[in-house]
Amino acid sequence: MGAIFDNFGSGVIPLEGYIFISLIMFFTGIYGFLSRKSLLMILISIEMILNSADINFAAFNRYLYPDQMEGFFFALFTIAISACETAVAIAIVINIYRNLNNVEVDSLQELQEPESTETKTEI
Amino acid sequence: MEYTLYILILPLLSFIVLGLMDTKWKPRVAGTIGTAVLTIVTALSYYTAWEYFSTANLNGTYQKIIAFNTVWVQFNEYLHIDMGILLDPISVMMLVVISTVSLMVHIYSLAYMKGERGFERYYAFLSLFSFAMLGLVVSTNIFQMYIFWEMVGLSSYLLIGFYYTKPEAVAASKKAFIVTRFADLGFLIGILILSYYTKTFDFGILTSCDANVFASFSGVTFMGASALSWAMALIFIGGAGKSAMFPLHIWLPDAMEGPTPVSALIHAATMVVAGVFLVARLFPIYITFTPEVLHGIAYVGAFTSLFAAVIAIVQTDIKRVLAFSTISQIGFMMVALGVSGYGGQAGTGYMASMFHLFTHAMFKALLFLGAGSIIHAVHSNEMTQMGGLKKFLPVTRWTFLIACLAIAGIPPFSGFFSKDEILAATMHFSPGLGVMMTFTAGLTAFYMFRLYYRIFHGKAYQTTNGHTPHESPVAMTLPLVFLAVVTIFAGFIPFGKFVSSDGAYYHIHIDPTIATISVVVALAGIGLATWLYRRENDVPSVVARKFSKIYRAAYHRFYIDELYLFITKKIIFKRISTPVAWFDRHIIDGTMNGLASVTQWTSLKTKGFQSGKVQHYAFVILLGTLIIAAIVIFI
Repeated sequence: MGAIFDNFGSGVIPLEGYIFISLIMFFTGIYGFLSRKSLLMILISIEMILNSADINFAAFNRYLYPDQMEGFFFALFTIAISACETAVAIAIVINIYRNLNNVEVDSLQELQEPESTETKTEI
Repeated sequence: MEYTLYILILPLLSFIVLGLMDTKWKPRVAGTIGTAVLTIVTALSYYTAWEYFSTANLNGTYQKIIAFNTVWVQFNEYLHIDMGILLDPISVMMLVVISTVSLMVHIYSLAYMKGERGFERYYAFLSLFSFAMLGLVVSTNIFQMYIFWEMVGLSSYLLIGFYYTKPEAVAASKKAFIVTRFADLGFLIGILILSYYTKTFDFGILTSCDANVFASFSGVTFMGASALSWAMALIFIGGAGKSAMFPLHIWLPDAMEGPTPVSALIHAATMVVAGVFLVARLFPIYITFTPEVLHGIAYVGAFTSLFAAVIAIVQTDIKRVLAFSTISQIGFMMVALGVSGYGGQAGTGYMASMFHLFTHAMFKALLFLGAGSIIHAVHSNEMTQMGGLKKFLPVTRWTFLIACLAIAGIPPFSGFFSKDEILAATMHFSPGLGVMMTFTAGLTAFYMFRLYYRIFHGKAYQTTNGHTPHESPVAMTLPLVFLAVVTIFAGFIPFGKFVSSDGAYYHIHIDPTIATISVVVALAGIGLATWLYRRENDVPSVVARKFSKIYRAAYHRFYIDELYLFITKKIIFKRISTPVAWFDRHIIDGTMNGLASVTQWTSLKTKGFQSGKVQHYAFVILLGTLIIAAIVIFI
């Protein structure tokens, strides 16, 4: 932690700062993914996780290999992929909405074994 | 003589057709077809007998003719099961007996079974039985005989249980099947031992008694007796089961639950003598190699004969009396075979046994059919509900009387001639056994006339519910009259000319001493029965009270059935079956159930993870990742 504040006010943002931001975003996304009930909110959480990864790509490229561009390209690439993924996810969410009239993640239990018919044959 | 094949094929076809059509045809049609087929079979059998006895005689000896033979199953070059038709004096004689009695029963049943539910089924089973029994007697090899042997057992089972709504009939049919099945196990083991050493099933090779064939038996002993003795004794056990020899006789009295004509056909005239026929068929082996087994057969037969006669005296169900009398008479046949020698005049017993088989089939069928006619009129089996029936049933009464005289051994009726030969052969073998059999013959006369007087004489018949007994229709009295005529004249057939131990001519001559003794004993038996039962009096009950212990024991058939029940229920079921069942249920099943329940328990406990909730999965993944990360970092 100390490294973040060492150069405070010097105009230079240390690598740890980017990683710290990315870490916060990542766990915010994880938390959102685990706690939110709405599929849309979960989707947004996933985007958050992906973006935290993007930040890492860019930051590591910038600080560790400044004369190379692979990290930036990879970040762009990931943004494109996440756009596709979002499109597919939105399509699925719309379909779910049409079938179930809501987008609650807990209502997706058509494939689950109903609790009542649970077989409990004692010998 | 290829046409003999039709004797077997026709009843089989009749069974298949009647069995498949079942109730689609009117009962009358089924009955007519069955009877017509049997008429043809009877005609063919008579023609076969005529042709055989007129052509097969070569130099004074009857030859064995293989009329038809085909290899059915080939095991190796020596051992194969054939299906064929063997004609020799005893098989031809049996063809005549079976087809005659069967035809009579078919005709009789047209009236007796009229209106019964399952009439068509009844005729189908009768055809099946006729097929199986005819196939049994013409078997060319012992395995074919075994197959048909089981088939007669099956048809007997089916017919005893014909009234399948009656619990007693069902129990009786099961009892008959299980007891004979048990004996047949002995038969099968005997066959296997015999064929293992001789490498053949064929009767022709076996009964030639070629020393080379039996050479491999030499020196093979088991528990002090030679393997051949064991084989022959086991085969006899099979015969004893079918022929109701003590102690395997318990099924026959119960088999009377079946329809009466069936009792006449199967349990009096034909199937129950299959055991006698079997011993007669293998007689050369018994006499040549294992005379001690043959003598054992004689003693078993003698004991059974006396034992059954004593029981018959006190039974009150008329069909049961006849059943015990059948057991007793089959005992006579067995004794005769047991004491017989081979060839020439020494073979008296063999000839006498076959002769008695022939005459007994006729008069015992007559007695049973007569009993059926009585039951038809009175609607009861119990003697106590009869008496004074002579004026209601004249035809039945006279034919019944003829049969009683024949079985008692009064000349000139057929039973006299055959029984006299048996007594002569037995007396020749051992005077003690001869006296015992003569005494049994006297008992026979006594219990048959007790039966006769209790039915037709004594107290006047009490008509119940305004029902007066009436004589049976012609279809029932015709077989009675026919069999009565046969019973009167069969004794004069020169039987020894046709059937003898070695196929040569045997001249029957009646020993006047033995004949006189047996007639006197029979007359004494009849006289005693006349004194006790002709008119109603209280002497029988006084006698019964005086010997109350033995009377009660005999009435309960000397508790043999109870003994069987005790052995099976208390010893086999309780001491052996129950622990085995416990082991099966708790150890064998327990292992399997344990495996299943452990699996189920595990899955019940673990299936909570598969909640189907996306966020749970994600949480577990995260947790896993963190743990792995922790491991990587800190360890």
